[in-house]
Order: sequence, then C-alpha cells, then structure tokens
Amino acid sequence: MARAHLLNNVTATPKTKSNAETNVVGKPVPRKEGRAKVTGAARYVDDMRVEGLLHGATVRSAVARGRIREIKFGAGVPWDEFVVVTAKDIPGENVVALITLDQPYLAAEFVNHPEEPILLLAHPDKHLLEKARRAVTVEIEPLPPVFTLAESDAKTEIIWGADNVFKSYLVDKGNVDDAWPEADLIVEGEYETGAQEHLYIEPNGVVAVADAEQGVTVWGSMQCPYYVHKALLKLFALPEDKVRVVQTETGGGFGGKEEFPSMIAGHAALLSWRAGGRPVKIIYDRAEDMVASTKRHPSRTRHKTAVTKDGRLLGMEIDFVVDGGAYATLSSVVLSRGTIHAAGPYHCPHVRVHARAVATNAPPHGAFRGFGAPQSIFALERHLDKVATAVGLSPEEFRRRNFVREGQTLATGQVVREPVDMEGLLARAFELTDYQAKRERFARENEGASVKRGIGFASFMHGAGFTGSGEVYLQSVVGVEATAEGVVRVLAASTEIGQGTNTIFAQLAAEALGLDYELIEVLQPDTGHVPNSGPTVASRTTMIVGKLVESAAAGLRQTLQNAGLLGATYTTEEWRAACRAHCERYGALKSFSQYQPPPGIHWDEGKYQGDAYGTYAWAVYVAEVAVDTVTYEARVEDFVALQEVGKVVHPVLAAGQIEGGVAQAIGWTLYENVVWQQGRMLNAQMTNYIIPTAADIPPIRVYFEEQPYPYGPRGAKGIGELPMDGGAPAILNAIEHATGVSFTHVPLMPEALMKGLLEDA
Amino acid sequence: MSDETAATAEITCTVNGVRRTLSAHPLARLLDVLREQLSLTGTKEGCGEGECGACSVLVDGALVNSCLIPVLQVAGTKIETVEGLASDAQLHAVQQAFIEAGGAQCGICTPGMIMAAVQLLTEKPQPTDADIRNGLAGNLCRCTGYMKIFDAVVRACQRAGEPT
Repeated sequence: MARAHLLNNVTATPKTKSNAETNVVGKPVPRKEGRAKVTGAARYVDDMRVEGLLHGATVRSAVARGRIREIKFGAGVPWDEFVVVTAKDIPGENVVALITLDQPYLAAEFVNHPEEPILLLAHPDKHLLEKARRAVTVEIEPLPPVFTLAESDAKTEIIWGADNVFKSYLVDKGNVDDAWPEADLIVEGEYETGAQEHLYIEPNGVVAVADAEQGVTVWGSMQCPYYVHKALLKLFALPEDKVRVVQTETGGGFGGKEEFPSMIAGHAALLSWRAGGRPVKIIYDRAEDMVASTKRHPSRTRHKTAVTKDGRLLGMEIDFVVDGGAYATLSSVVLSRGTIHAAGPYHCPHVRVHARAVATNAPPHGAFRGFGAPQSIFALERHLDKVATAVGLSPEEFRRRNFVREGQTLATGQVVREPVDMEGLLARAFELTDYQAKRERFARENEGASVKRGIGFASFMHGAGFTGSGEVYLQSVVGVEATAEGVVRVLAASTEIGQGTNTIFAQLAAEALGLDYELIEVLQPDTGHVPNSGPTVASRTTMIVGKLVESAAAGLRQTLQNAGLLGATYTTEEWRAACRAHCERYGALKSFSQYQPPPGIHWDEGKYQGDAYGTYAWAVYVAEVAVDTVTYEARVEDFVALQEVGKVVHPVLAAGQIEGGVAQAIGWTLYENVVWQQGRMLNAQMTNYIIPTAADIPPIRVYFEEQPYPYGPRGAKGIGELPMDGGAPAILNAIEHATGVSFTHVPLMPEALMKGLLEDA
Repeated sequence: MSDETAATAEITCTVNGVRRTLSAHPLARLLDVLREQLSLTGTKEGCGEGECGACSVLVDGALVNSCLIPVLQVAGTKIETVEGLASDAQLHAVQQAFIEAGGAQCGICTPGMIMAAVQLLTEKPQPTDADIRNGLAGNLCRCTGYMKIFDAVVRACQRAGEPT
C-alpha cells in the first residue's frame, strides 16, 4: 500500500505557467472564501440587510402528543398588527416533501411531538413579536405518548402507521442458523447510543419573499438547496420556475441542515405570502434551535456472534434499532447506512441483520455526520473486544484473523474489489501510538493508581456516496462555464459549509484544465442559476460531484479544441484568447456533465444484497484515555486517526475534516448528553449541553494512506463522515483497558462511569 | 413600539478607531448595536448567553462576549471588532495565519476566535500550548477540532518574530 503523507508540513502553492506543470490537487491552496471569513466580510443569512423586514416566530406544542382543541390569543398584544398563519392558510399541501409525506409544516389537528410548529407570527418589532408568541396559548387534549425506543418497539401504544415502524431491513448472507451448531462459542451483547445535537455555531435561519405573482424566493443557511426547492413547490403548489432557493454562507451543518431547512424556509415563506410579499426573516435563537431541530438517532444494537475457539467468525446476528422521533424524515436512509455498516470490515460467512427505525413522540431525529454508521459501528467494535476476550485473544489478534481481504465479501455480499489492507493499517496505527508497549505499561502502572490509563482502538470502514442505487436515482448534474476573459466558473448546488467545497471544486477544475487555481470561481448555489448536483451529504461532494466537475471542465476544453481555438497544450494566455474567440463567435461557453455509475456495480434493493457503495474508506483509530477514579472524569489524552481515503485532494482541508469529526466523536462519547423529559430536550442551552472546548481536546494526530480510487476525481474517495465512526468505540475500549469495566453505552457521563466502577468494586 | 425599545440613551465610544455617538436603549446588547446600527456584522451571535464566544470583541483591550454587554457599559471605551484588524489590503498576522493553517472552516466562530487569539498574543506574545488552549477555551468551534486553530496561533507568533 502507498505510504502516507505526514500532513503537518504545509508548503507554499507553486505558481504554474502552463498546463503541463499545473499540479493543484494534493496542495494546500488557500481556501477560496478564506479571506472573507477571517475579515468578517462573509455574509451569513442574519447579516443580510433587507428593507421593510418582518421578523417571524413559531408557536409550538407544549405537549408530546394530543389533539388541538383551541388556539387563544391573549390580551395586551395589538394582534391586528401581526401576520398570523395557521395550517388553514397554506396554499398548497401541508406536508414537508422529503421521502414519506407524513410531516406537516403546521400541525392542524394532532400534534405528535413537543415543540411541533402550530402557528406562525410576524411583526417588524422583534421584542413585541416575542411578547406575542408567549401570549398565544394552544389547548391540547393529551393522548398517550411513547418516549423510548423500547416502548415503541413493544408496540403497546401505536403512534405511527400500523406498527410504529418507519422502515425495516433484513440483510441475509449465508444462513446464520447454520453457524450456531458449528460454533465453539456464542457471545451476546447489547449496546446503546444517545441522541446528539449538531450544535453548528450558526443556528438555522432564512429570509423569504413570497407572493402569488412573483413566486417564492428563500435565502438561508442550508446544505441542500434543491431539497428546500422541492419542499416549497409542494407547499405552495407552484411550478419549478416560481421557486428559487439561494444558499447563504453557512455556519456549519454536519447533517443538521440537510432536511431541517425545508421546514424553517417554508415557515418564513408562508408568513411572507400572507403578508403580501413583505420579506420575512426567521432566525432561531440557540434554545429554539436545540429544542426543535433534529438530532442524531438514538440506537440500540444486539449482537449474537458465533466463533471458533481459534477466533474465526462463523456467524453474526445483529438486531439494530434506531429511534426516529415523530415523523419519518430521513430515518429510512439513516437506518440503511447503519445496517450496511453493522458487520464492519470483517469476513464472516453468515450474517443476518434485522434493522428497523421506530417512532417516538420526540422531535424527528435526522441526518448527522455518519448517518447511522457511528451507531452500529460503536456496537460492533465494542462487541468484538468482548468476543476477543471470550475466546482468549487480544482485540487486535482477533480482528487480524477476521479482517476482510480483497476478493472476500462484506455483509451485503459485496465483493471487495479494491486493494484493502486492514492489517497494514492496524500495524501502522500501533506503531504511531506505541500501542503494544503502552498496553503493557498502563496495565502495570494502573495497579493502585487513582488515575488509570488505557489505550484502545477501533477498525472500521465507511462507504462514500449515496447507498445502493441512490446516486443513479439522483442523476446529479454539474456545469462549468468560461467567460470571455477566460475565468472558469463551476455551477453546482453543492454547498460550502466549512468542509471546503469551493476550494476542492476549484482545485479539480484547475487540474482538469491545466489552469491556475486563481482563475477558477465557484458560484453561490442558487437554484435559479445552478443545476442540481444533489445534496451536500453522504461524503459525496468530492468523490461524486467532484468527478462531475472534472468531466464538465474537460468538456469545456474539448469544445475549444474541437473548434480549433486551443491546442493540445496551452498557456493561460492562450486559454484566455480561446475563450474570448469562442464567446465572440458562438456566445456562451458552457459544459455540463451528468453522473454515470462506475462499471460493474449491482445493487438489489429488495434483498439488500450487492454493491452497497462504489468504494469505502478504511480506518484504524487509536485512543488513549485517563480515568480519574476519584472524580470519575474520563479524558482522552491522545488520539491517532489513520485512514485510507484514496487521493487526498487538499491535505489541510482533509486533515481538518478528520480532526473536526474526531472532536465530535469525542463529544458524543464523553460530554454530549441530551437530557429528555417527556420527549423534550431539557438542556437546550450551550451552558448545560457540553461540547469539547480547546481545553478539553487531546492532540488529534491524522495520517492518510492514499490508494487512488479509479472512479474518483484524481483518485479521491469521500471522507467527511468517516471520522465520526471510530472515536466512541476506541475510547470505550480504552476505558475498559484502564478500568477493567466494559461499558456499553454512550454518552458515558461521569455518573455512569461512577456507577460502573462502584458496581465492579 | 414596545417598552423594551422605547427609551434611548446617547453613548459615545470609539469603534475600530472611529469615534461614534450611538443612540440606543441603555440595555441594548452591544452585539445588536454593532451589527444593526454600525453594520459590523462580522461579530456573530451563536448562543446569546456568553457560552460560545462567537460575539467576542475587545473593549479597552479586554475580551468580552458582546451579547452580555449592555451598550451603556461601553460609554467612553475603545471597542475593536474583527473588521478593525486588517489595515487596507494587509491582513493582521493572525488572520493570515488562520487562512494558511486552515483555522477557519465554516467561518462562523472565526471572527470571535481571531479576536480571542489577538488578545491572547497581546497578553502573551510567546504562549505555551496550555496558554493557547486556555486562552481559546471560551470560544467554541464545532468544525475544526481546534488543531488547525492552535496551528494558526503558533504560526502567527512565529510570523510576529520574523523581520518584516
């Protein structure tokens, strides 16, 4: 396997004069919008100056489940000055169009979760608006609610559909029932993960202008402009050209701005429509954002594993359940990714995964970096340490005997056709962390020490792009155009949300055209001007959309060459002259490219068998922890993230993705505890929902191996979600090494740590 | 108009080197006055309760959360925001270092984080690793995992030590 680059040595960008020398990919060029961000000039939605603006607010349900009886407008508020919208005022369909059409924009008769939107208000004065919001009371006759995954799964109260189940899958490889009689040992375990708040630092916000004549225009913080576009078409019953969605600079997403912006955009647009087209802005404050928007799906996973006495996996039966909250939203696809990753990068002849997403009366859980995979991988990587102990092998030796190899099959029967070397990754990760020596030293030194140290790891994979046939259905399109001055513009709906879309696309276009990076611009995603390159999710932007940028750019060059305006090699000046000549003679110079699946990819949606993803990133993460047995605090002291991700397009951005994802994983594992009370988040404040600060975070050391993926742009694979997967199990494996106690849930708060350690003592 | 915005006071202060007379309710948040009256929208609101630091500005050289400061309190002070750091086309060393090191991802915490870094380097021109961690602990970032922000601060110190 190709050796990695150590990415701490940042070098200057070489300036290139001709296409033959251009080499932008793999270099840490400056972030396209970096200057705007460090000077405060970048415009986020709340920074827009809009004349005649109304502020919008949302009146929400105080109960988890019930029937709306009456809405009362209290005294002391000049109600005639207010714009008021209820479900009755919706011009089209009262449904947030996504996958399943079950979630209303405004509850009409029934509410199904706390904080469900019921009524909208707008007024020019923010302070008076807040007073008015508090003066509305909604009388709701309560119905019996369901709050936990276990209650929902037991079906004692049916709150959604016929059986509380949004979606279920069955993955069947071989016949797991054949494995039990052959097994020397059967090991069972149950694992749970909690909800997680995205806590992007910019809350959800939009500005909307809407009326029957002009249609609807929305500017906002979002990941997927065309999701919002699709939802607004249905809400207003308008044709496509009457709805325009523009992404403003977006202050973090992590999945939290994948589907949710359709809701807030619809609300602001409904208010504007009702107000005769006056602009309406809705910016959530932190508490509203936390209490009302989506979170990571809580999960429960049960494992039953058949092994031989020499540590060979024979059979794995996995029951994977996620809590979807009150409406279907993206639960079916979150479940899908979690299901496919549930058996990990191991070769096992018999695998059966039963998976389902169930309803509870909590606000819908949604997309969050990793998208179901962190949940099922947590369970697996904890469980395999347990199985290893049961067969008397070290965690690493047990995994070595079962790692999948090229030519073997994953749980969906997918044959691994790429060079994969999990053993090599493991060996290198151990070398980088001095794992073996520390494993022995800590065990020795922990005797009698009040602070106990441990080291643990997780080995895993993450599929890039949409699952199964998803990319084929999406049919993503990217455009590239050149101006008469030779400036190249990338037209895509893929959003820059911090991960570096603008920079990566510009690098890929520059590389494809042999031009300077500075000559490439990436247009602001605006459904009025850019084609639908699909949502900015699923680690797909570089690998899938970037490939389209590359091919659309190549198409542009081909056009100029076919017209006889450009030679096989050219300088920047020759490029500019060719663009000028083309624009003068033939007008606009544009090229579009549409997604084509790589050859030999087959997926059976009915049986859930086949090539679930075109490729995977492969990784081994190692965590070192210190557990204070007096205060019951656990800290991560060192973290090494080693991964094979294909070609690294931008070393600083790539490392930044991994570091940020690992930090979120550390938060999910040790700090971030969503406290639920009657289906409502009780600690909806940054004061008591704690994410890691600069003082908490360990050194996160990032290493890449680069095995170019033939169907990715310049060999790149996706990496955005991967770093969320390995942290939690690596940390809990390390805590078990430190304390001898096997914890099976995250977040592992000090109270739970104390309980576990006291019970053990 | 509601009670909250009815009464106003005249407040004079210096913002990014320019003397300003502001007319605002005495309890209006400095954050809102900067953003709405002075159009200095580089200062961001992340939580409104002094936890995230996205609204960090300097008041007489001290790092404060502008969401917690009533505007009356800044009468007669010197206020610095992110917009005041660069002079013409020349970025401040910390801004330049944030670009080079990859310290800004989504950018929403960046103005506050940069103000915190500037204040830290004023107080401690050669900070230790612990100084950097503690100096930035009041500013939350959800994108970077802080590593590249630490790199940026170190890079800015190195640059300050170089001959220009």
